[in-house]
Amino acid sequence: MSALSPQPHIQISQLTMAYGSFIIQRDLDFAINRGDIFVIMGGSGCGKSTLLRHMLGLISPASGDVLYNGRNFTRASAAEQDVMRRRWGISYQSGGLFSAMTLAENISLPLQLYSAYQAADIAEIVAYKLALVGLDGYQDYYPSEISGGMCKRAALARAIALDPEILFFDEPSAGLDPISSRLLDNLIVQLKESTGATVVMVTHELASIFEIATNSVYLDADSRTMLAYGDPRELRDHSEQPVVRQFLARGDGNDNTNNGATACAGGGQELQGSNP
Amino acid sequence: MTADPTAISAQPPDYQFHHGQGADSLLQLSGNWTQGQALLDFHPVQAELHLHANATLTVDGSGLQDWDSALMVFLLRCHKCCQQEKITFSTRQLPPEAEKLLTVATAVKAHQPSAEPTKNWLSRLDPLHLPGRLGAAVSAHLAFVGELVGALARLLTGKSNTRFSDFRLCCYQAGPDAFPIISLTGVLVGMILAYLGAVQLQQFGAGIYVANLVVVGMLREMGVLMTAVVMAGRTGAAYAAQLGTMQTNDEIDAITTMGISPMEFLIVPRVLALVVTMPLLTLYANILGIVGGGIVAGGMGITPLQYLSQGEGALSFVHLGIGLLKSVVYAVLIAIAGCRAGINASKSSAGVGAAATEAVVTSVIYLIVADAAINIIFQQLGI
Repeated sequence: MSALSPQPHIQISQLTMAYGSFIIQRDLDFAINRGDIFVIMGGSGCGKSTLLRHMLGLISPASGDVLYNGRNFTRASAAEQDVMRRRWGISYQSGGLFSAMTLAENISLPLQLYSAYQAADIAEIVAYKLALVGLDGYQDYYPSEISGGMCKRAALARAIALDPEILFFDEPSAGLDPISSRLLDNLIVQLKESTGATVVMVTHELASIFEIATNSVYLDADSRTMLAYGDPRELRDHSEQPVVRQFLARGDGNDNTNNGATACAGGGQELQGSNP
Repeated sequence: MTADPTAISAQPPDYQFHHGQGADSLLQLSGNWTQGQALLDFHPVQAELHLHANATLTVDGSGLQDWDSALMVFLLRCHKCCQQEKITFSTRQLPPEAEKLLTVATAVKAHQPSAEPTKNWLSRLDPLHLPGRLGAAVSAHLAFVGELVGALARLLTGKSNTRFSDFRLCCYQAGPDAFPIISLTGVLVGMILAYLGAVQLQQFGAGIYVANLVVVGMLREMGVLMTAVVMAGRTGAAYAAQLGTMQTNDEIDAITTMGISPMEFLIVPRVLALVVTMPLLTLYANILGIVGGGIVAGGMGITPLQYLSQGEGALSFVHLGIGLLKSVVYAVLIAIAGCRAGINASKSSAGVGAAATEAVVTSVIYLIVADAAINIIFQQLGI
């Protein structure tokens, strides 16, 4: 199967994450294809954000590698990592906007550093990026002067400033109202479709997982490894792991989904068997 | 995905206006609209659109080659300009993705910031506003001090939420942790005083009086002042940064909504800790300063015994008492300046930095003013 499919955009290979001797997740092994909206999910404290930080190179793994386009990122030198990161856009959990800068300054910083735009045009690019997230006109506001949801969207505008190949999101819709969260999801899909970017997000918002995700991995806090990999809708109905089904069904209906799930499980295995 | 910009087929971005009969205009885009190409000057387009206000504009993308945000910026500006000129804007044969992005980007109308006049930095120096601002600052400080006194009174009556463990921790941070730096400054200040006196006194053959100078100077003035300056930079700034960060993290709000007064819970232990440790640190700095002076005196040929017996003559409890009194006053001032700056910090990383700066600047000003005031008072009293 892997021989037929194109080279994955991102490959996590035998990754073990640990703080000292405390192992968070071991033997993670999965691929993220180009153009995927890939969700890293799991219960609180299972290491989702830590995995993202490993992928970003903010933490080095205890063992294993992360590969981008077949190039080993983990073993690359700091300078090479910087070059690879330049094609990424990252939106952090609490935004990560520079609080001492206005939104316009926040977004123009990467443009000034790494883009080929002329200095005079950057203001226009900033206006366009802010318009995409519905914040045009807020150029001269400081992050402390706008709401948390607006900060998240502004952080997204900064992440897409350089038209990145890969977009990373840490909990993009946490703390947003359902409508804003839906709009953000739509925006992510639009951006992905128009620029062909690969999207990697950490989230446990089931609504957005089912709405936009094309592929996913489930990290389990108890067994400290990945339990499932695949399309989340498929996993919800047909995963062999009861924990995963329960997670994706919001933990409810132990009996009613159990009946359904056990009934489905057989069929699910068939389906999974036939699908690839 | 993006075409090689050096390829022969790549054309620079270009547009052409076609004005049909009536009010309809057509804007034909062609070439490569990607970053790296300078964005086209928009003013001619704007002028053209202005001439044809109240009409319709169709943007035609059939001649487009490669595109990215550069094209989107142009389209968005056209859209905005059309809105201003009341031109009906439409597109045809744009790449479908660009079409979608344009829909998203124009879905929300641009926010119009409230037209409040921007303050320029010169207006902050306006002399007319200065007395008012000064008055506001003074009354805010007095209000803070008043609240602190209230909290201390509640502490005395045992109705306070101040915790002893916080006080102990603050004492440790303000006291023993400061020993190394106080040792260094203490010895050096003693030596500086001795050198200063030695040069002058030796001219009169009165070199032995260096001991008097060092003992009186350290006990009464320099020991406490240097300790206070170090503590303002060390502990005062730390208080401001700590409380400022707590403000940023909503911790202060959490404390308030739990029904605990931040004044009792956070500020009283810090003020008391500094009031307890400062006199002790001052005493320690005094001793080390006298030792430092002794080292210099030794270099001048005064034996340690001579130095000590001469110094003992100058030692009086009045000098010591004045120094310790000053240390308590300074402790209160440093703690107030630090805590007030921290608790009033704005909720951003820049706010925390500004709070730390404010804490150090205010406490040093307080120190110097208070030092002068105390010296004048004691001078008048003849002590």
